[in-house]
Amino acid sequence: MSDWVTHEHDVVVIGAGGAGIRAAIEASASGARTALICKSLLGKAHTVMAEGGMAAAMAHNDDRDSWKVHFADTMRGGQYLNNWRMAELHAKEAPERVRELEAWGAVFDRTKDGRINQRNFGGHRFPRLAHVGDRTGLELIRTLQDHCVHKGIDVYMETTVSALLQDSPGSRVLGCVGYDRQTGQLHVWHAGAVVLATGGVGKAFKVTSNSWEYTGDGHSLAYHAGAELMDMEFVQFHPTGMVWPPSVRGILVTEGVRGEGGVLRNKEGRRFMFDDIPDNYKPSTADNEDEGWRYVTGDKSARRPPELLTRDHVARCINREVKAGRGSPHGGVFLDVSWLKSKMKDHEAHIKKKLPSMYHQFITLAGVDITREPMEVGPTMHYIMGGVRVDGDTQMSSVDGLFAAGEVAAGLHGANRLGGNSLSDLIVFGKRAGEFAARFAREKGAPRAGNAAIDAAVRTTLEPLARPDGREGPYQVQYALQEVMQGVGIVREEKEMAQAIEGIEALKPRAAACSAPKGRAYNPGWHTALDLRHMLTCAEAIARSAIERKESRGAQFREDFPKKDDANFGTFNHVVRKGSDGRMQVSRRPLAPIRDDLKQVIEENKNI
Amino acid sequence: MSSGKVITHIPESGRDAIFRVWRGDSTAGQFVDYKIRVQPGMVVLDAIHQIQAEQANDLAVRWNCKAGKCGSCSAEVNGMPRLMCMTRLDMLDLDMPVIVEPMKAFPSIRDLVTDVSWNYAVKKRIRPFRPRKPDAPDGTWRMQQDDVDRVQEFRKCIECFLCQDVCHVLRDHHKHDEFIGPRFLVYSAALEMHPLDAEHRVGDLKNEHGIGYCNITKCCTKVCPEHITITDNAIIPLKERVVDEFYDPVTRLFRIFRPKKA
Ligand SMILES: Cc1cc2nc3c(=O)[nH]c(=O)nc-3n(C[C@H](O)[C@H](O)[C@H](O)COP(=O)(O)OP(=O)(O)OC[C@H]3O[C@@H](n4cnc5c(N)ncnc54)[C@H](O)[C@@H]3O)c2cc1C
Ligand code: SF4
Ligand code: SF4
Ligand code: FES
Repeated sequence: MSDWVTHEHDVVVIGAGGAGIRAAIEASASGARTALICKSLLGKAHTVMAEGGMAAAMAHNDDRDSWKVHFADTMRGGQYLNNWRMAELHAKEAPERVRELEAWGAVFDRTKDGRINQRNFGGHRFPRLAHVGDRTGLELIRTLQDHCVHKGIDVYMETTVSALLQDSPGSRVLGCVGYDRQTGQLHVWHAGAVVLATGGVGKAFKVTSNSWEYTGDGHSLAYHAGAELMDMEFVQFHPTGMVWPPSVRGILVTEGVRGEGGVLRNKEGRRFMFDDIPDNYKPSTADNEDEGWRYVTGDKSARRPPELLTRDHVARCINREVKAGRGSPHGGVFLDVSWLKSKMKDHEAHIKKKLPSMYHQFITLAGVDITREPMEVGPTMHYIMGGVRVDGDTQMSSVDGLFAAGEVAAGLHGANRLGGNSLSDLIVFGKRAGEFAARFAREKGAPRAGNAAIDAAVRTTLEPLARPDGREGPYQVQYALQEVMQGVGIVREEKEMAQAIEGIEALKPRAAACSAPKGRAYNPGWHTALDLRHMLTCAEAIARSAIERKESRGAQFREDFPKKDDANFGTFNHVVRKGSDGRMQVSRRPLAPIRDDLKQVIEENKNI
Repeated sequence: MSSGKVITHIPESGRDAIFRVWRGDSTAGQFVDYKIRVQPGMVVLDAIHQIQAEQANDLAVRWNCKAGKCGSCSAEVNGMPRLMCMTRLDMLDLDMPVIVEPMKAFPSIRDLVTDVSWNYAVKKRIRPFRPRKPDAPDGTWRMQQDDVDRVQEFRKCIECFLCQDVCHVLRDHHKHDEFIGPRFLVYSAALEMHPLDAEHRVGDLKNEHGIGYCNITKCCTKVCPEHITITDNAIIPLKERVVDEFYDPVTRLFRIFRPKKA
């Protein structure tokens, strides 16, 4: 098996979550010979886990909604570091993409008049999330999967891409190299264009809602190919992950619980979210429990309960309660929907209908019946806003022929993502990436990568297998990295981050030396050894960007710089690239001046 | 799959337990015992991961979400088809070795990983969703919640293939060429009962997909982790449609004057 199998395609899509499948469908529809490669089985990607819904201003539940309000909400949530062009396209195109899913067989929950029902979510002014109970991601991925299997796309399941092909760093990407996880068979894909849709980086962190697939492969492949990463300091901690039992720590509890009226309390029973409402959200946030409840039931004159403030803020409030000794027995706070029994007759059936998988998850994994008792929750690493810097219209990175869409791309969410804006991101920009990748391949043809490039990529891939047995195993290094990254967590501080950077540097040689014997056929040790490089690259980019941003903004909270500093830090994005000496460089890229009409939209929506 | 009763109390300080895990590939294999220290709240998948991290780096297992949402971690635990991530250790008798083996209805690849590609091939053979023309003024459709409840039940399927694993038509009689199995009967039902769908699949169900092989033993319904009422809500109504269409002259006559879906 020293050889490899060679394939030729116009477009190769790496990753089969919502973004990847949508990209493949579009590329194939425009006539490109398309391949779709993924580490898991088709339909099992991270997208399947998404719960709450996808944001699209269809105005079904409140006719005051429009793309303009969605755009303004997204920019405010992102603290104005967003790529405004992406925020504009996203707000404008999401409704059409959602309706397209319905035409492909998706079955969303319905309004009384038979349209797609939309629910409330943090940071969205109007009910905007199209959803299916609390399993929206499953509906999205299954609809796309079932649609794509009839489109003549070549699917390579349980296959990991380990390197991109190019003649020299920074030059056009010409394909990729990878291995079949089951057999260890190597593959070489020649391609006119490559789309990264590999998702996030959560496995570099100790407490996370992310699965084993989230090792930052796409971020790192792009970086080592010479592309720029952007906004890597912005890592979203979701306020509500499970905290007990230990083996499920970090698993997500959907924001939909709060959207349906769930409230947060500390051990004294206090709804502590009322204690700290940021000034810019005061006009739109309820200041008493009664008004909050009226909002949940659809009263248009009522303002949002503070539990639905943006994730960064809610997560920090929970952190504060726990640190102050007001937390729950296992180090979280209480999230309660069982209190709905005081508001409705059949609260049990209502909760089970609206939040079926949450009910199931808690009764099975924690032995807690959420219709009767509160859950214990605490912050969990959830999402990375940072990623490959792309062109807003085409999704092409700073390297020719390399595109990115979904969580691996940066720009739409700025300093903080609103819930529900990811699933819509996937379908809006997945489609665009597929479309423009196909066009690029068509216009630019498909020159082949040279043998030297292929040999080098294959060598990197097989390297861990060749190291002598008896050295340190890759899992130990991964655990060590997760400990190190505790220093770049939800509350950050200069000295801890400097230590984390040292820690990452110290781990690099250990990762490069760890051994993974036992052959190529399904060898998770080998796979982890290869993933380590990606995780370390992402961890370093996060830490180096975070330490340079000496202010608190969006998802980044600095204890040593607790205030936002618009004058000094509100004017640029951090960009990370690999220097010619192989070292990581962080630089500032000034924000593009925003178009006048969009500026006006933001102004109009500022104080509502 | 219910949350189950606590059978073994695991103390806060943990306790020892033995896992008898099937190791091997399509050619040969055997059970190997691993002794590990287990903690309260652990599930079978945690135990397998602990073994993988501490004693057998190359132990092959599929998983993704660890929350019963992706349907990757299907296996047989003490002979019961289960999601490993949703099977708590305290529901098992830990005084006995816990037996963990791959699904039996599919070929082995390695250790706990089986070749489920047949399922993907089957799905391709089922006629895809084909909506009727949009009929609402805004160019979309209207559907009432009541009309989609049933289809939403079927669409909860996480494709864990545990129902395929227990169905005797596949497991014991190996009719993989003639019978699509409960998962794809649910899939067909979701399409057939979709208020917008205009495709016809009843002929295929009878002739190509072997719905007649199902003799309603309900084993599939019992193992479904999503609690989909596979037999009563999906298979039996489909069987009725087959009867209506092929064996009952009166309804067939009616059909000529009535659109397929009201
Ligand atoms: C529990 C949970 C709940 C969420 N709920 C919501 C929600 O309600 N609303 C919302 O908008 N967002 C939600 N999110 C966020 C959202 O689900 C994700 O950001 C989104 O699904 C990412 O989709 P993606 O297409 O970018 O990547 P993914 O769906 O993660 O897919 C990544 C794909 O890339 C593949 N891949 C990765 N590396 C490689 C490689 N080296 N070679 C080959 N393939 C590779 C993987 O196998 C996978 O197929 C949630 C996230 C989580 C974890
Ligand atoms: S009810 Fe039918 S499909 Fe289900 S297990 Fe029995 S024979 Fe198989
Ligand atoms: S119907 Fe149930 S048991 Fe069968 S594959 Fe789907 S979720 Fe699994
Ligand atoms: S790991 Fe997803 S269902 Fe078990």
